[in-house]
Amino acid sequence: MTTIEIDHTSRWFGNVVAVNDVSMTVGPGVTGLLGPNGAGKSTLINMMAGFLAPSTGTVTLDGRPIWRNEAVYRDIGIVPEREAMYDFLTGREFVVANAELQGLGGAEAQRALATVEMEYAQDRRISTYSKGMRQRVKMASALVHEPSVLLLDEPFNGMDPRQRMQLMELLRRMGAEGRTVLFSSHILEEVEQLASHIEVIVAGRHAASGDFRKIRRLMTDRPHRYLVRSSDDRALAAALIADPSTAGIEVDRGEQALLIQAVDFGRFTELLPKVAREHGIRLLTVSPSDESLESVFSYLVAA
Amino acid sequence: MYDPTVARLTYRALLGRRRAAILFVLPVLLVVIAVAVRTFAGSDDQVASDVLSGFAIATMVPLIGVIAGTGAIGPEIDDGSIVYLLSKPVKRPTIIFTKLIVAIAVTMVFSALPTLIAGLILNGNGQQIAVAYTIAALVASIAYSALFLLLGTVSRHAVVFGLVYALVWEALFGSLVPGARTLSVQQWSLAVAEKVGGSGAITSDVGLTTATVLLAAVTVVATWYAGQKLRTLKLAGEE
Repeated sequence: MTTIEIDHTSRWFGNVVAVNDVSMTVGPGVTGLLGPNGAGKSTLINMMAGFLAPSTGTVTLDGRPIWRNEAVYRDIGIVPEREAMYDFLTGREFVVANAELQGLGGAEAQRALATVEMEYAQDRRISTYSKGMRQRVKMASALVHEPSVLLLDEPFNGMDPRQRMQLMELLRRMGAEGRTVLFSSHILEEVEQLASHIEVIVAGRHAASGDFRKIRRLMTDRPHRYLVRSSDDRALAAALIADPSTAGIEVDRGEQALLIQAVDFGRFTELLPKVAREHGIRLLTVSPSDESLESVFSYLVAA
Repeated sequence: MYDPTVARLTYRALLGRRRAAILFVLPVLLVVIAVAVRTFAGSDDQVASDVLSGFAIATMVPLIGVIAGTGAIGPEIDDGSIVYLLSKPVKRPTIIFTKLIVAIAVTMVFSALPTLIAGLILNGNGQQIAVAYTIAALVASIAYSALFLLLGTVSRHAVVFGLVYALVWEALFGSLVPGARTLSVQQWSLAVAEKVGGSGAITSDVGLTTATVLLAAVTVVATWYAGQKLRTLKLAGEE
């Protein structure tokens, strides 16, 4: 059981507050750190990784401070977001070096390379690797000492879908083994697919915390806005407003479209096509007008 | 205090980079100059001393020191790959000390060795000139490596500052302003060489005791401070 405890922690850079009074506990299993770009995810991960001192508050690993404590790296594996990684070495040389720095050797390095399925390219220079291969070698270097905590900063950035699936599978396995796995992402679907527990960070603040169903409900229960064009906008509007899942409809004459505010996301998405068919109306455009992650987050912060 | 893995990574990073070409070019240039001078001017102690102090000690040693000292850590901090060293249960001062040893070794090989060869070519070690300047280069290698390793740890513009120090302070300012010479690694190392060379062959503005104390102090303080800075290093490119 290894737990990272963040207690009333803030971090500022000059006048800019990057992390604002955040408290959270990250325990065994896979935790997703979700938030838009610039929300402070990297700052938080860097504090958990011991690369940044908290301005106030504490970040501890099973009660031991992480900042200025090299001994914690026996228990922590880190997959940084940045690409740079001794490109002049081969993948194997790189992982072996990481193993040696942990006081281990070639056998452990080889096992880590096998775990990430990179043995086939281990003797090529890292400079020739694709983004996904680099990511896997980084993983191998972080796993070489079988850490009980794994921290990953935006691990899926730039990966193709197949690589993404492989990495998710690997992280799921790590979580199932009882390791504490924390990864950051600004993409809701990634986090939802992988993490059993989600922490949401917005503008440096801890906006929400819980299992993904709870977060999902918060996100889907918020009012959704749609822009709809159809063969008969007014007839469609009249039919929709009769149902309680619709809170308001505006006829936008400039756009030649309906702006619909739905309060029950699930019900509305079933209602719209049904109503259209019943009234013989053809739907020409249905597009969510505020689906950007930012708006989801700003709703969460207000909630 | 010394980690062989850190050393291996540092050697490969130092010698594998394009910047490393200068490490080879400068010594070759020195030897070429030595051969040319010997061919045209014959064997002359004063000329030999001028070439070794003017080019080898005043220019080549500090330049190689800048490349090896800053190159041993600067690029890793710049591109962020140092996280792979920092995220290990290895004491940060150990990382600095190891990198210092590597920088010293590289600076010695690429500056003291060619100085010896050039000295032997110039006057066959008459009046101990070749050996004396080689010792100066060895001594200077240690202090320069420590100084420029610190610079590489604290500044992202270490090479520029290093070159300014090496060329403007040591070479130019030092020759114009007498007081500046007291605070010059070059003069300290010459003070050591002075004791080795034949009488009057080599002169330094600094006494041997002062020079030795300052050399040791600069090396120790710079290394200790670099270790402290690395313990609280903020990785570049974040917020």
